[in-house]
Amino acid sequence: MEIIACIKQVPDTESQIKIAPDGKSIVQNDIKWVMNPYDEFGVEEALKLKAKNGGTVTVVSVGPKRVTESIRTALAMGADKGILVEDAATDDGDSFTIAKTLAAVVKNIPYDVIFCGQRAVDDDEAQVGAMLAEMLNIPHVSLVVKEEVDLAAKKVTAEKPIEGATLVTESSLPVLLTTQKGLNEPRYASLPGIMKAKKKPLETKKVADLGLNAEDVGLAGSKLKIMALTPPPQRSAGKIVEGETPQEKAAALVKLLREEAKII
Amino acid sequence: MAQGVMVVCEQRDGEIRKISYEVLSEGKRLADKLGAEMTVVLLGSGIADKAAALGGYGASKVFVADDPNLAVYTAEAYAKAIDGIVKQADPAILLMGASVEGKDLSARLAGKLSTGLAMDCTAVRIDDGRLVATRPIYAGKAFAEVVISSFPQMATTRPNVMTVTPPDTSKSAEVVKVDANLSADDLRTKVLEVRKEAAGKIDLTEADVIVSGGRGMKGPENYKILEELATVLKGTVGASRSAVDAGWRSHSDQVGQTGKVVTPNLYIACGISGAIQHLAGMSGSKVIVAINKDADAPIFQKADYGVVADLFDVVPAMTEEAKKIM
Ligand SMILES: Cc1cc2nc3c(=O)[nH]c(=O)nc-3n(C[C@H](O)[C@H](O)[C@H](O)COP(=O)(O)OP(=O)(O)OC[C@H]3O[C@@H](n4cnc5c(N)ncnc54)[C@H](O)[C@@H]3O)c2cc1C
Ligand SMILES: Nc1ncnc2c1ncn2[C@@H]1O[C@H](COP(=O)(O)O)[C@@H](O)[C@H]1O
Repeated sequence: MEIIACIKQVPDTESQIKIAPDGKSIVQNDIKWVMNPYDEFGVEEALKLKAKNGGTVTVVSVGPKRVTESIRTALAMGADKGILVEDAATDDGDSFTIAKTLAAVVKNIPYDVIFCGQRAVDDDEAQVGAMLAEMLNIPHVSLVVKEEVDLAAKKVTAEKPIEGATLVTESSLPVLLTTQKGLNEPRYASLPGIMKAKKKPLETKKVADLGLNAEDVGLAGSKLKIMALTPPPQRSAGKIVEGETPQEKAAALVKLLREEAKII
Repeated sequence: MAQGVMVVCEQRDGEIRKISYEVLSEGKRLADKLGAEMTVVLLGSGIADKAAALGGYGASKVFVADDPNLAVYTAEAYAKAIDGIVKQADPAILLMGASVEGKDLSARLAGKLSTGLAMDCTAVRIDDGRLVATRPIYAGKAFAEVVISSFPQMATTRPNVMTVTPPDTSKSAEVVKVDANLSADDLRTKVLEVRKEAAGKIDLTEADVIVSGGRGMKGPENYKILEELATVLKGTVGASRSAVDAGWRSHSDQVGQTGKVVTPNLYIACGISGAIQHLAGMSGSKVIVAINKDADAPIFQKADYGVVADLFDVVPAMTEEAKKIM
């Protein structure tokens, strides 16, 4: 079975986000980069499928050289090989151009299941998975918390929570699934895993190798453009509710919510 | 030339969902600003009778694709049906709600239409005839203003953010029936089962009031006191990741950067310290209350109202106080 996990490298969730002088990007100096947490679920699920059905797990990413570190992490977890599209032409691309680039990579390798995260926790676009499936003309199911592949029948059943219910779906293979919390507990890379990862194949590609033009990707090919970044509206510390006893505090709070905030 | 605003309505079991009224109201504001029409797309099975009334929200025309294969949402079938309508009507702006369905559908559709999509916006406006959308990124640690260079300019709006305009019930829209044109290829995903949660459970992303509990709750059995407060306030219960990872609450209750991003009118954090990843999920709430026995807990820096006390004393007392007035 051929499985692909798309991973993105993002700022660690602890990172403070500072807006750069250009007003359109963020300051990257002090940032610690990690694999998008949702993509860890994808890599883990890919490894589980491989353990059950055999085959290969390929990790694919688009981004600068530092991303090799995250790909090595996935290889150390147990993935078999990595492909990184490392080309300045892809810089500052929107979801559409990223999906296009990923589609160009994936088209040339066999696959039964592709995993993407439900969203990347930096741009919070939540688009690349569904767009990639559309470009590859395969079905997709997003926000999956459970999946079961029947390789012989070429089918996958998946469970996805929606507001107030869970949908149980069945799709034909090949399929793209987007992951979320609840699907699995991603493993940590073991020391032997880290050693082995150093010898696993990690290919880098340029946009031209994929048959794409530089104008079709990155900022040039993007349909969505950032005009300005602003800090979020400031929330400053409010009132500490006074009272001698917890009961008095509770009464004072309810009164404030009713009369001052007019919220209940 | 692409013109006007088109809104995709979302229905569940034949009923139009609240998020759609938010989007319709926002869509109408944009259409008025452009001096153009608002049209609507409604997909489902046996839903045509719901279409004309959308005129009350300012729709001139409602395109209805009524097909048994559209009874329950699947990405490919819905995207295919809307693709046909968009190509026919050629709207300049295409809006939908950033619900679970809307986020999934809009992304697939944007891929099909080869256009740009501003996801999960907290504000949309017209500037020089073009759509300008504001969207939180880095889980709300920054806000991006974005524009789209292709047509239709697509955007989804975050639930609970846009104000609903009361409908003018004297108005009705022209209903245009369209064929969904589905082929076997559009039906590669089937819904086998819809497993409903206990009736009355409000989803976190749609709740007006959220009472959330963290590690300070000490164990799963204690969430009862939060449930009681939430019931009186007509809200629902959320949790921090620590509580979810401890197995006290289900994954779907997690609020934060790797859980749900919520925008209730009132968020009450009980026994939650206020880690940056938790704040990322709830700092868009209108009013934040923190109940924590540690006066130095970072959550107090973001709270409109802070109560420094033991939550096991304060929460039940609040429930009693709230009962008196609700
Ligand atoms: C990659 C990553 C992603 C993450 N994503 C999320 C996320 O999406 N959501 C999230 O919530 N966290 C997330 N976290 C975890 C986050 O960093 C914190 O660890 C977590 O939010 C802490 O949860 P807590 O506030 O419940 O627990 P603690 O930090 O342990 O705080 C418990 C609080 O309860 C108070 N308390 C204890 N007893 C009482 C009492 N009787 N009465 C009143 N107060 C009391 C204490 O004073 C303390 O402030 C993430 C972490 C990482 C690394
Ligand atoms: N640059 C990238 N390289 C590889 N995969 C990506 C990239 N950007 C996004 N993805 C995948 O798409 C998912 C959703 O990302 P987004 O649509 O940007 O929120 C991520 O979790 C990844 O699986």
